[in-house]
Amino acid sequence: MDLNDTNGQESPSQTAGPYVHIGCTPNASGIKGVWAQDLGSAMVDKDTSGDRITIRGSVIDGTGAALTDTLVEIWQADAGGICGANDPRGPGDPHFSGFGRSAGDMETGEFRFDTIRPGPVPSRDGGLQAPHITFWIVARGINTGLHTRLYFPEDTAAHANDPILSRIEHRSRIPTLIAKSEGAGVYRFDIRLQGEDETIFFDI
Amino acid sequence: MKPGFIARNRDWQPPALTPRYKTSITRSPQRALLSFPTTLSEETGPVFGHDMLGPLDNDLIHNFAADGASAIGPRIIVHGHVRDQNGRGVPNALIEVWQANAGGRYRHRKEGYIAPLDPNFGGCGRTVTDENGRYEFRTIQPGAYPWPNGPNDWRPAHIHFSLFGGAFAQRLITQMYFQGDPLIPLCPILGSVGDPAAVNALVAPLDMAMTVPMDARAYRFDITLRGRRQTAFENRQEGL
Repeated sequence: MDLNDTNGQESPSQTAGPYVHIGCTPNASGIKGVWAQDLGSAMVDKDTSGDRITIRGSVIDGTGAALTDTLVEIWQADAGGICGANDPRGPGDPHFSGFGRSAGDMETGEFRFDTIRPGPVPSRDGGLQAPHITFWIVARGINTGLHTRLYFPEDTAAHANDPILSRIEHRSRIPTLIAKSEGAGVYRFDIRLQGEDETIFFDI
Repeated sequence: MKPGFIARNRDWQPPALTPRYKTSITRSPQRALLSFPTTLSEETGPVFGHDMLGPLDNDLIHNFAADGASAIGPRIIVHGHVRDQNGRGVPNALIEVWQANAGGRYRHRKEGYIAPLDPNFGGCGRTVTDENGRYEFRTIQPGAYPWPNGPNDWRPAHIHFSLFGGAFAQRLITQMYFQGDPLIPLCPILGSVGDPAAVNALVAPLDMAMTVPMDARAYRFDITLRGRRQTAFENRQEGL
């Protein structure tokens, strides 16, 4: 066995650990001056197309406690449904990054993203998926980053035809992927790692 | 549409629940994951350029240090090749790293280890792979440290790595370990990886060829990200 030989497999994942914020959001963790701005801290500017929205939520463990050491990332289409600079359907909104990263509030752990409502993205068969935002969650105690999606509560008709939601055998779990409206343009999306309402995580 | 990504090998990757690493007990999903072929949402991802980098971003010895000062500890260069499962170099992959100082202490408000902070060491760095998927950065070798898990658990010296390939499906966080560290076989976190060959994949060997005489030793750490399926004949399931 040669050291560092991955045998053509993906390198094994390891937990992000309790200090992920040092490397991924150093300014938020109190390490100032290495680079000016934390990556993913601003997704929009004043010229970004689309409806402004805010997403808030917590990542909750099996005891019901909100994690205060998590890092949450999101990736989404722009208002026209284009997914960034390497989308083969090319160029999207130059005023939208599509990528957000939140260290969470240092006391409560609540994450927050100020972004825009995404347009729909094609599915593999050329139809349209319901508008959604991809989430990726890492933390101490999570050995491999967890993928999931946020869908919007007002898109009921599109949900009925969404190829991913249609795959879910246990229909009672679908609400774990649907954000709750908290007023105009404000959504709450809590992510539960275990328990009755465990969020559906993806093997993609 | 291009073929989707090769499925993650869940026998090679650590499982979610690894009770020797106690925090995993309440943070591991218990239900089956939902499998589906990747879509454009997962096959795209943020794109990073070399223009985002400052001149010291990849130099942890100096990027937090006072002018003329440098971090304390054994000087090392870490370099390697980021490629996908098909062996192709991954260009423009953003690599973020973080680590403890030479005494095993992190610069973090929740860190309580008695080893002292180094005023000239922040512990974060980043770089972007070149057109062939190669990267390097300079740092000091981190120290081992104790952590509250079992009654007497010590982390082997390690550097945390976060990687973005071109697709969000390739997103990966892992840790690099050092050849010959006697704590490697004792570590409950590295032990979350079951296959001994997979553990070995995270251990970087000393690389004398890249070592700078009278300056810094070098370690080589290659990283493999997920690749796309290669067949031109893509199955399309009914209704998908």
